[in-house]
Amino acid sequence: MKLLFQATWAVLRKDLRSELRTRYALNALLLFAVSAATAVSLGVGPLGSGSIAVSVQAALLWVALLFAALNGLARSFVQEEERRTSLALRLTAPPLAVYLGKLLFNLVLLALLDLVTTLLFLVFVRVSIGNIGLFIALLLLGSVSLVTATTLIAAIIARASFKSGLFAVLAFPLLVPVLVVVIQGTALALRGDPWSAGLPMLQLLLAYIVVTFVASSMLFPVVWEA
Amino acid sequence: MHLALQSVAANYGPRHVIYDLSLDLQQGEILVVSGRNGSGKSTLLRLLCGLQQPSSGQIRYTHQERAYTPQAARHLLGWVSPDLMLYRELTASENLHFFARVRGLPWSTADSAALLDRVELAGRGHDLVSSYSSGMTQRLRYAYALQGQPLVLLLDEPTVTLDEQGMALVHRIIEQQRQHGPVVVATNDPRELALGDYVLQLQPPR
Repeated sequence: MKLLFQATWAVLRKDLRSELRTRYALNALLLFAVSAATAVSLGVGPLGSGSIAVSVQAALLWVALLFAALNGLARSFVQEEERRTSLALRLTAPPLAVYLGKLLFNLVLLALLDLVTTLLFLVFVRVSIGNIGLFIALLLLGSVSLVTATTLIAAIIARASFKSGLFAVLAFPLLVPVLVVVIQGTALALRGDPWSAGLPMLQLLLAYIVVTFVASSMLFPVVWEA
Repeated sequence: MHLALQSVAANYGPRHVIYDLSLDLQQGEILVVSGRNGSGKSTLLRLLCGLQQPSSGQIRYTHQERAYTPQAARHLLGWVSPDLMLYRELTASENLHFFARVRGLPWSTADSAALLDRVELAGRGHDLVSSYSSGMTQRLRYAYALQGQPLVLLLDEPTVTLDEQGMALVHRIIEQQRQHGPVVVATNDPRELALGDYVLQLQPPR
């Protein structure tokens, strides 16, 4: 167990160090977030606070996060394959440590993306948040759901020739339930509904995270060694 | 340490690259694998380190009366190949430190320095790998492979891109490895063919 933690931490540190030096995924994610917020701001403008308006704001926010995530979250595995470093990693690291390290790296990236995208939407689209605690909880659990579902898919598509298209095709059916739940929940949080209204959404997201995390942890060694 | 192959075959689709290969290799023995391009030398080494599964047959390592599949024996193996790439955006020391941590080896800066000194890269540990020449990168592959003193060395084109000094270094490493376990070398270089206790000549695929 100690080796697993040590190896996971090493993979995470190595990916963060590589990312800070190459900006391989970071630039793509941030550029997409800025583009999405700017396009929504200029094309749609402030939407007010009606019930349709908050639903549209929630949907726009999560669509921006989803597409940025689809654009960037596969890169840590794709980079290992494209630079052919995956063989050295495969020979030395426990598969589960690779999965957990990459998962944590994607979580760090997505947390940063969440922060930037939300701030941009607050400023440019003038989104107002009625229940900040519920909003943050949904943002966190929604992001963890995205990451647990897509990290395994990233490992699967990393060796394919049509990577980005395949990533979206495989991820979409897995992410639809998450998107429906977080968009509805975020709309409630923006409107200022109480925690009790958002609780079923949070429970669903938690269940989704547990299922996808356990399934991915079990399947990853097979995918990694294939 | 003992390596045994029983009726091993490897196919790429309908093409038999390796067919019905059996051999035994004991500690201290050096096997040189030779053959034309595409005859399966690199494939054999990938099978031996578990990066590829044989289509049929069995590969077993035996150490202290315990049998290991190639995948389970990875902590006992050192692999050098032109296909082996290290992280170019990290320094040589950072690479060694990272691989030591994921291998579960206790590691310090002094260990990196000693290993880099052994492969004649002393003083270049803090340079990014992207700034290395192809010969220096090949030396760094040896540092990666020798971490934790492997019991089996699997060397694919071991002196490719190396100068005379580098070739002498590799020949020394191969000789030193006799004390620890067997060595398998895939090459067509006549100087390396002479290193082997046995030479396995692979035929082009059928």
